[in-house]
Amino acid sequence: MKTDTHFAFFDEGSKKEIRRAIIKAVAIPGYQVPFASREMPIARGWGTGGLQITLSIIGKSDVLKVIDQGADESVNAVSIKKLVHDTTGVELTEQTEEASLIQSRHRIPEVALTKDQIIVLQVPMPEPLRPVEASELKTKTMHAENDYSGAWLMLFEQIMKYGKTATAADHPVYVNDRYVMAPSPIPRFDNSKLHESEALILLGAGREKKIYAVPPYTNVESLAFDDYPFTVEAFEDKHCHICNSTDVFLDELIDPQTGETIHQCNDTSFCMDQLNKKVEEEAQKSYV
Amino acid sequence: MGYVPVKGGTEAIDASIKRLKYERLKGNETIEIQTIMSTMRGMIDQVMSESSLYSPFLAALAIKQAEGSMEEAVFLMRAHRSTLPRPYYSKTVEPETMLVERRISASFKDIPGGQLLGATYDYTHRLLDFDLINESSESIQRWLQNYQTELQQVDAFDEVKYFPKVVDYLRDEGLFENHQEDNTVPKDITKQSLQFPSTRSERLQVMTRGQTGAVTSLGYASLRGYGQVHPTVGEVRVGAVPIYVGHPNEMEQNTEDEFYIGEITVTEVESFVPTQVKNANNEYELQFEIGYGICYGQNETKAIAMSILDQCLEHPESNFPTHDEEFVLLHIDSVESTGFISHLKLPHYVTFQSKLDSVRQVKKEVQEVEN
Repeated sequence: MKTDTHFAFFDEGSKKEIRRAIIKAVAIPGYQVPFASREMPIARGWGTGGLQITLSIIGKSDVLKVIDQGADESVNAVSIKKLVHDTTGVELTEQTEEASLIQSRHRIPEVALTKDQIIVLQVPMPEPLRPVEASELKTKTMHAENDYSGAWLMLFEQIMKYGKTATAADHPVYVNDRYVMAPSPIPRFDNSKLHESEALILLGAGREKKIYAVPPYTNVESLAFDDYPFTVEAFEDKHCHICNSTDVFLDELIDPQTGETIHQCNDTSFCMDQLNKKVEEEAQKSYV
Repeated sequence: MGYVPVKGGTEAIDASIKRLKYERLKGNETIEIQTIMSTMRGMIDQVMSESSLYSPFLAALAIKQAEGSMEEAVFLMRAHRSTLPRPYYSKTVEPETMLVERRISASFKDIPGGQLLGATYDYTHRLLDFDLINESSESIQRWLQNYQTELQQVDAFDEVKYFPKVVDYLRDEGLFENHQEDNTVPKDITKQSLQFPSTRSERLQVMTRGQTGAVTSLGYASLRGYGQVHPTVGEVRVGAVPIYVGHPNEMEQNTEDEFYIGEITVTEVESFVPTQVKNANNEYELQFEIGYGICYGQNETKAIAMSILDQCLEHPESNFPTHDEEFVLLHIDSVESTGFISHLKLPHYVTFQSKLDSVRQVKKEVQEVEN
């Protein structure tokens, strides 16, 4: 008994149902829309929310890029790419510019996205108020009542304890001046990319069964106090040891030869691009 | 010519999957699906129950593919379940129509219809049976023949016998309130995600597909001290119940036109729980309520634990976590809990870098202040 799977794994009814949730999410920026999340052939917590969005909106002419923590070749990115490719046959790419659909875990690419692109972010914990309130019923009520004192208090307590806000990734944002939203565990460095983004940003949490969105050109602000402004990860005086880029999110590595700390672009396809540009420039020069 | 960074993901995955297959095959032995189906009854029942897909054949296949790993087998079945169309809902199953194979009550010695032990491990001594190491098909044949001969000497009933519910007997005595039947169409948690506060139909669905260990543990916690439900098992019954679907096109539904589509074996439990209620004179009175548990196959521990939790969740006013529907319902699903725990194996380079930065910044601040 060998059966073929449908285009993009889901039956059309399921896709339609998920697309309806997506449309609602786009219509109410930052609001978490509950949806009947399916069990997928990959594990819950491994990108099933993002995958369900990808599979329900992908068409035959799409070009797909999948990244995990900045890397196209990361094992889980490869695994997701393989599943989507096997069930759709769409073209795959590692070039951010070439992709019409990008599924990503915990990073927004360094290259600015355009209005012809959709980025799908995988979300482990969609509820920004969960650290202050365990109950779903209560956090839902808080959102409805625009009660975000818990989120503010969390930042305030950090300032009292540590002298500054001490959030890591997943720093909460205000979307369209209405909903406080978990941007998924992207570094604070990427938060500004959500603001007035040209590309549609869709966020999917499979296990928690929520879909939410930041439509293009939406106001997105990171939560911060006037006297304690929002800060991003600092990479002052640091550069990528491969392509020399600065002003990008860097991974910290230890040089196995020297034992020194070195840095490297986290966005692997961006890094490769920079190198290729340099190679081309040099080639151009040598022809002159 | 461009620069090509080291690539490894794709090859590494391929090699890993190959290695996994090698691990399954290296002993040079194979197990037939049929063998799993006839010898791994407990495991098949558990896989079907936790994956909420009733198919012994597919469960056996999943067990084979998963090399006996329960979480993996359940996961395979659930993923497969997602791809199946669901054109019909069955008619309400009446457990009174069960062909009972086993039925006991811990509440009464003499229940109408009698106690029926059936097949159970309960009274076996848990001693490893070393004779099973060399079990031959001849010895099995011989044993089966003897058993058949013994059975012939037993007087059978002339007609099919249905067992009444123990609770009916107590209802007649007025110890249980006679509630109106609630025939609200149940919500389907696989079509609409669970919202809180939940309905009882949603709660029962989540619990019946819950991980056996998780349901048992929480039921046990409630019983031991972290809960306020102390039940007596009114009835545990195991047996096959028939499933019918209505005619898909006929507007007028008539039981005569219903289609029998097969039977499923289930374990059903009704626990009796004494609760305090105020009567008309505003005085406290003791009354019994029922905790309900049901699951695919024979899995009595899970069904009993479920009946405890069902009753717990009917009383959310208690402060114990076992009475908190979000605490219970959101954490007992096998695919969800194993998935999220195992996702910790994924790289968290970016998130960790971000955390590192945060810690360093705070440390720097502290040093600056101290200087």
